[in-house]
Amino acid sequence: MSTLSISGLNVFFSTEDGPLHALKDVAFEVPERKIVGIVGESGCGKSTLINAILGLLADNGEVRSGQILFEGSHELTQLSKVEMQNLRGPRISTVFQDPMGALNPVLSVGQQMVNIQYRDDASKAQKAARAVEMLQLVRIPDAESALGRYPHQFSGGMKQRIAIAMALMMEPALLIADEPTTALDATLEVTTIELLKDLQKKIGCSVMFISHHLGVIAELCDDVVVMYAGEVVERGTVRDVFHAPGHPYTRRLLECDPARQTERTRILPTIPGEIPDLRARPQGCVFAARCLQQHLGCDQPQVEQNLGHDHAARCNLADEVSNQEVSA
Amino acid sequence: MTDAPILSVDDVQVAFPVGGLMKRSAILGVAGVSFSVRPGETFALVGESGSGKTTLARAINGLQAISRGTITFDGDRIDNLNKAQMKAVRKRMSMMFQDPVGSLSPRMTVGDLVTEPFRIHGAEGRDLRAEAARLLTLVGLPADFATRYPHQLSGGQARRVGVARAIALDPALIIADEPTAGLDVSVQGEVLNLLNDLRERLGLAMVIITHNLHVVHHVADRTAVMYLGRFVEIGETEEMFANPHHPYTAALLSANPEPDPDKVHDRITLPAEVPSLLARPEGCEFHTRCPWGKEKCRVEAPPPGDVACHFPLEPGADPPITEPAL
Repeated sequence: MSTLSISGLNVFFSTEDGPLHALKDVAFEVPERKIVGIVGESGCGKSTLINAILGLLADNGEVRSGQILFEGSHELTQLSKVEMQNLRGPRISTVFQDPMGALNPVLSVGQQMVNIQYRDDASKAQKAARAVEMLQLVRIPDAESALGRYPHQFSGGMKQRIAIAMALMMEPALLIADEPTTALDATLEVTTIELLKDLQKKIGCSVMFISHHLGVIAELCDDVVVMYAGEVVERGTVRDVFHAPGHPYTRRLLECDPARQTERTRILPTIPGEIPDLRARPQGCVFAARCLQQHLGCDQPQVEQNLGHDHAARCNLADEVSNQEVSA
Repeated sequence: MTDAPILSVDDVQVAFPVGGLMKRSAILGVAGVSFSVRPGETFALVGESGSGKTTLARAINGLQAISRGTITFDGDRIDNLNKAQMKAVRKRMSMMFQDPVGSLSPRMTVGDLVTEPFRIHGAEGRDLRAEAARLLTLVGLPADFATRYPHQLSGGQARRVGVARAIALDPALIIADEPTAGLDVSVQGEVLNLLNDLRERLGLAMVIITHNLHVVHHVADRTAVMYLGRFVEIGETEEMFANPHHPYTAALLSANPEPDPDKVHDRITLPAEVPSLLARPEGCEFHTRCPWGKEKCRVEAPPPGDVACHFPLEPGADPPITEPAL
């Protein structure tokens, strides 16, 4: 059983200029005890996806069709506000990009960590002890005295680890991490990744890790889902997708990563063009306008092609694409 | 590049007062750094958040008073100027701030935004509409973008508008604070290509501030690595990437995650936390996290030089066996 199983998800926003089709036929799984990375450029629907899962879509947003099945039994799109509230926190929790923005600046870390345990009947001392235990787990030195300190007294890396401790305090089944390492430097990024990996094993939860840093995804995740313009264009294990990308977009994205360019170069590869207007989606492939491998079928709707065990790409040419070498 | 430097920073220190009436003291955001940038050269400042990169940039631009040292721009000292004098300097030294969209006023059109420098610095007889079109074309945006507002732009487009503003007055030096942060990999390349191209075409000097080492590798001629407000290493970028001499530089380079799931990482792990600026370590300030630290590092500050280390690493040195970080 998968912790999260999304199928046929379509999300629309109503705007002054007509309906905007933000997520189109999104389908993927977050298997139990696995870390799944979601990659894509800004505007590809990563945040909409998180909000749809958490039931936090803006008022003009609407899940028009599809299923978000959590732990096999909860159909998240059908839950009432209160039912959803009871899942958010204890069962599904989130770590956001900006650690300072996620913590309350006028409450001490201890107060915040005790407050979020409001569902428990335990005494205040027990809750504080639990908070210390969590801080130790995320390797905050001198955890007891840390309870009395305020967010601004911690470094960026420590604040993010405190946010992770708070998110995992209730031992959720699913942790959604939205670009949690973007604000950190390379050494802290790596330690935070290692820590997440470690805690995920200890707690046995699943993680949905959103990032546009391909290196971090490669290092942390088991599976990866590549999104473009609100569609899943490719999904599979990290090894399959990174070594034999089946969608031209994935391939271009990998080629663009400055980390792939080991030789110093004056002109870095780019993907010219923009994401199409989601109010007027193209009939055929969403990536066609920016793709270098156009052929006759590109103006037709693209069908997801199976490229092997749990590896699929939404491109009619996928077989051919995945057999090409990734140029560095 | 034998010309005289366009910018020289000499032993600059920035102090921030802390504490209340009873316990007044100061922390050093920038603790004495020196470097120079020649015309046409790109200089990168690298370091983690809180290491003093942005404070240093603000000090150079006169947005932050310095407590020691001198800053010379184009032959003249600029660290002791008043507001009006500094305004004249900023005509030739422009700044690109972090956050591509946030650094643009949401209530101004792109056309107004890119011509604002002319209005601030006197635009006698200029056809602002034509200037807007010229600048937008220069940064690769269609001229009809002039009527758009910042919220109608993508991150990469907003960054291009920021670049257009920065080059409007034909400056000699651009200071770019995290020019690619928050942009997608596909767009990062575009912005860096644009900066490289403009630098070559307009003969600009640039100071780029970033925590992304891959960016540094491709654009910077020389690089300085900052830690706790000091340079721990400064030198030619390519040489530094090939043979880092300071343990912190080596650790940063080894930490860089690469998009290859099968890559075997030979990482240098740094134990312990970044010390607080309120309690700077004795001796070498990096010794609390240095895997190579020796007794001498605890007590004695390293001698001044391009590598602030008692025991600079030799090429190909093996990392010592350490306890895992944290």
